[in-house]
Parts: sequence; structure tokens; C-alpha cells
Amino acid sequence: MNAAPAVAAAGTSIVRIRDLVKDYRRGAETVRVLDGLSLDIRQGDFVALMGPSGSGKSTLLNLIGGLDRPTSGTLEVEGLRVDELSAGSLGRWRADHVGFIFQMYNLLPVLTAERNVELPLLLTNLDREQRMRRVAAALKLVGLEHRARHRPRELSGGQEQRVGIARAIVTDPTLLLCDEPTGDLDRKSGDEILDLLQALNREYGKTIIMVTHDPHAAERAHRVIHLDKGMLSEGSG
Amino acid sequence: MIGKYLPLLASSLRRKRLRTFFTAASILIAFLLYGLAASMQFALKSGVDVAGADRLLTMHKVSFTQLLPASYESRIKAVDGVVAVSAQTWFGAWYRDERNQFPTFPSDPEAYLRIYPEIKLAEEQKQAWFADRAGALVGRAIADLYGWKVGDQVPLRSAIWRRLDGSDTWDVTVRAIYDLPEGGDTRQIVLHQDYFEEAKQQAKGLIGWYVIKIDDVNRAQAISRQIDLMFANSPAETKTSSERAMAQSFVNQIGNIGAILSAIVAAVFFTMLLVTANTMAQSVRERTNELAVLKTLGFSNGGVLGMVLAESVLVTTLGGLLGMLLAWWAGVQFAPTLDQYLPGFRVPPAAFAKSVLYMLALGVVAGAVPAWQAMRLRIVEALRRD
Repeated sequence: MNAAPAVAAAGTSIVRIRDLVKDYRRGAETVRVLDGLSLDIRQGDFVALMGPSGSGKSTLLNLIGGLDRPTSGTLEVEGLRVDELSAGSLGRWRADHVGFIFQMYNLLPVLTAERNVELPLLLTNLDREQRMRRVAAALKLVGLEHRARHRPRELSGGQEQRVGIARAIVTDPTLLLCDEPTGDLDRKSGDEILDLLQALNREYGKTIIMVTHDPHAAERAHRVIHLDKGMLSEGSG
Repeated sequence: MIGKYLPLLASSLRRKRLRTFFTAASILIAFLLYGLAASMQFALKSGVDVAGADRLLTMHKVSFTQLLPASYESRIKAVDGVVAVSAQTWFGAWYRDERNQFPTFPSDPEAYLRIYPEIKLAEEQKQAWFADRAGALVGRAIADLYGWKVGDQVPLRSAIWRRLDGSDTWDVTVRAIYDLPEGGDTRQIVLHQDYFEEAKQQAKGLIGWYVIKIDDVNRAQAISRQIDLMFANSPAETKTSSERAMAQSFVNQIGNIGAILSAIVAAVFFTMLLVTANTMAQSVRERTNELAVLKTLGFSNGGVLGMVLAESVLVTTLGGLLGMLLAWWAGVQFAPTLDQYLPGFRVPPAAFAKSVLYMLALGVVAGAVPAWQAMRLRIVEALRRD
């Protein structure tokens, strides 16, 4: 196993990864996607993860978000060993600490925008009134309070992604994980989404890790980290 | 607590409205069938419940339709343990329309009331009926059905018996209207045996059967045997058994129909199980990505399992409740018509309670496999599949 030097950043680390390995089985073959990767991401950072297809960007994002488990190595988020959490604890941890933003928005088509945004809050003890207050605040923040009762098919791609962002921030998580958030949008809508992410980072102190293929999108990040064949190298954002 | 998930569940059902509608409609039909079968069995069984254990029935050994000599009555009365005897004959009465048939028996009024002490009627009406040979004792259900009152003259037609003048119309006067304790069938008319015997054209000196009241239920078998022995090797041999046993054997015969009906309902339920399971499996397959998103947001494996099961139970309960309501409505709506053949035809409360259990069980079993698959769904693979 290759142990690469940690790609570190100054300040308090919110994400601390050491010697992370992820293997997948493809039939009889074992494919190593991440190969002894080490990385620190500090609180309030905006990191762009770039790299060619199959380089392991999304895999790394999934591991940081607790959607998947590493084959070996350690992964700490806010001082908590995420790789050691049980499936049930991982779910609760994700609900409380991580907001996910997907390329294809992944909204439930049968629910209105506000019901989609409300979904993560169903897992909390908030009553309906409190939930709806938070939903309204999140929708207002993304500039979609007037589209609250619309279903996803009645919204543009950019608006759908805004609803996705509202859903990701409605529980006020510290970490936002974005998987190609502008990948399905035109340049103008993409820029609006990136503006929004920048604002969330700058004004609300959200730590953002964004997977992207687009150098234009990566320019908005403080740091750009390149992944190739499961190994890291850092560039400037 | 669960209420907050209802919009999510309801929206899942709205996703493919037509499919949800057809699935719920199929379940509705299954439970409608169940409700109707339960109503039928209830109607058949209620006759047995009200039949007296201390009453025996003596009829012709060959068939119910063969007549017995009226002279047997005095010999039966002489048997030790016999308290009262009432000779009765099937009159085959109908009113206005031949389809409006109801049980009518010529019998000795005083003996009849001794045999059936549960009959409730006003004393003055009873005396008036005793005094009028062309008087009739009418059950409340019949009186209500045709709007008859005490004193009304009613032209009853007989499908079997003709008068001496050749007519099949028997004019009788409603002299008394009787009630029975809860659940009793008051769809009967009792005429005077004397009037019938004098006026009928054929089968003089013959009656249909004897109803016998005995003093000790435990001696029912011995008395039955004694009566049958008394008429053994005669031109009209008898077969005696308790009224309850007779009712039970009648129900057992029809009970086969009940068993067939139950088998059909079971087959329908099984089919519904497959249909619902298929619908749920399809629904879960189509939503793999959405379920993965819910898990990403923090919904636990158990939560996702519960949600799919709840969705399945919601469909079966919705269809099932509507089906049972429809069965109940059918019972209320068609009771007057069916009362003639199946008095007490209605969905019994126990069947309602059972049906709710069946709905829940059907929902849980049908949703079990898809719910298990949803629970086991691996987020990363499911999102990648999208």
C-alpha cells in the first residue's frame, strides 16, 4: 500500500484523512480506486476536487460523506472517526452534519419544493410549524420562496439545483458535499449556483467540498485538489 | 409522529395514480367478496343459533316433502317426556308476486305458541287470533315489508294448496303481529290448522311434519328414537332429530357452498397478494434512486423498510376498507330482497375486525420483499445506477 504525503492546509481541520484506501470488486478482479490517500481540509474551506473520470473523486466524496466505507485508513470529520461508525449512527451523523448536493439534483418529483426541502427535517424532533419556518428560510436564502409550492418538473434546472441546495442546508450542516453541482446546467445557471455556494461559504462559514470537471467552477474554490489514479496532488484555486 | 411522513407516503401513491387505482380496486373487489361471503355465512349460521335444543322435528323418513298422517299427533303426545306437539305443513305462500314467497305454516295456534315461547305478542291479539279460524299470526318483518296492520284482510296465494272451490287464494285476516328476541327471524306467517284442513282440496288428514317440545334436552336422542320406533314398518316411517341438529344439517349442506365461497375468497386473496407484491416491487424498483437519496439524507434502513411497508399497508387498507364498506352497503341495500332467502344477511362485526387484520397482513406480506430490498439498498450503487 502506498502512503502518500498528506495534502494539508493550515487552520483547524474539519476533515482529516490518513492512508485512505478504497478497493472495489469487479467480478473476480479487485480495483483500487483510492490508494493510500491523506488529506486535511480546514473549517470554512471551499475545496474543488478535480480529476479525470474514474480518478476516484466521487468515491472520495462518498467516503467523506459516510455513504461508503473505506477498505483501510482513517477518516475523521469534526474529530469523529466516521469510518468506525455503525450504519445507523452514520445515517444520524449524515442527517446532522452533512448536506449533499447532486449533479442531477435528485429531488423527489412527486413532492413540492418545500416538501423536498422539508425531507431532512422529518428526522428531527421539530414540529410542523418549526419545520416550515426553516424550510421557508432555506428557500428564501436560495431565492426560491415564491416557488415553494411548485413541483420539480415545474422548475428550471437552475431552480431545481437551488431547491437541492436549500434541502442540503436546511438542517444547518457544517459540511456541504457537492458532486458536480453545475454539471447539468448552462453557464449562466451554473454561475448562479456557484455564486450561491460561494455565499454559503463566505457568509455562513460552510465548509464545501465540490467535485467538478469544470475548471471555471473550480476557480471559485479556495483550493483545488487533483486526483489521478487514486492519488492526490494540489493546485491553486 | 408518524403523521409527518403521511404526505411522503401519499405522494408515493400518487406517483402512478392509475396503477395505485387498479391495485386498490383489485383489493376492493377481494374484500367485497370476503364481506359478501361472511354475510352469507352469518345469515346461514344465525338460523342455527336461534333453533331450540329442546325442540324435536319429526318428518317423513323418505323426504321432507312427503306428508305424514295427522293421526300421529296423539301418539307422539303420549310419549314420555313430550310436553307439546305442533303439526305443521309447508303452505308455499306468496303475496302479489310469486317471487314474494315467505314461510307460512298452518298449525294449531295454542300448540304453536307452547312450542315457541320466545314469540312475543300482545295478549289481546293472541286471543283474537285464537278466536278467528281465518286469522293469521304474522311476523313483524313481513308486516313491515307489506305494511300490514292488525285487522287487514290479506289474500295469500299458495303455490301448493288449492281450496275446495279450486282457487289458490286464501283470504286471511291479520289478527296478531309477533316479535322475537334480537336476531330472530320474524318472516313467517302461521295460519289455523283447522281452517286449512277443512278448506284444502287434497291430502286430507295429512300434515307436513311435527315440531315436538320435550321436557329434558338430555333425553332428546332417546325420545327421538322412541318416536321413530313407534312408526317403524308403517307406510309413513319417520325421522326425528333436534331442531338445532336439523338446522345445522341444512346449514352443513349449504355450508359446502360456504366452503367453496371461502376457497374462492382465499384464492382471490392469494392473487391479490401477488398483485400487490408485484406493484410494490415495481414501485420500489422505479424509486431506487429516490430511496437512495432518502438514505443519503439520513433515513435509516429501518425507516426505509417501514416506509415501503406502510405504503403497501396503506394501499391494502384503502382498498380493503372500501370493499368492506361496499359489502356492508350491499347488505343494507339488498336486505329486503335477500331477507326472503337469507334473513340476517349482513357483514357481522367479527368479519369487520377480521378484515382489518387481513388488510394489515396482506399489506405487510405483499410489501415484505420490496421493503427488504429497499432496506438493503446500498446508497452508492443505487445513486450510480441512476
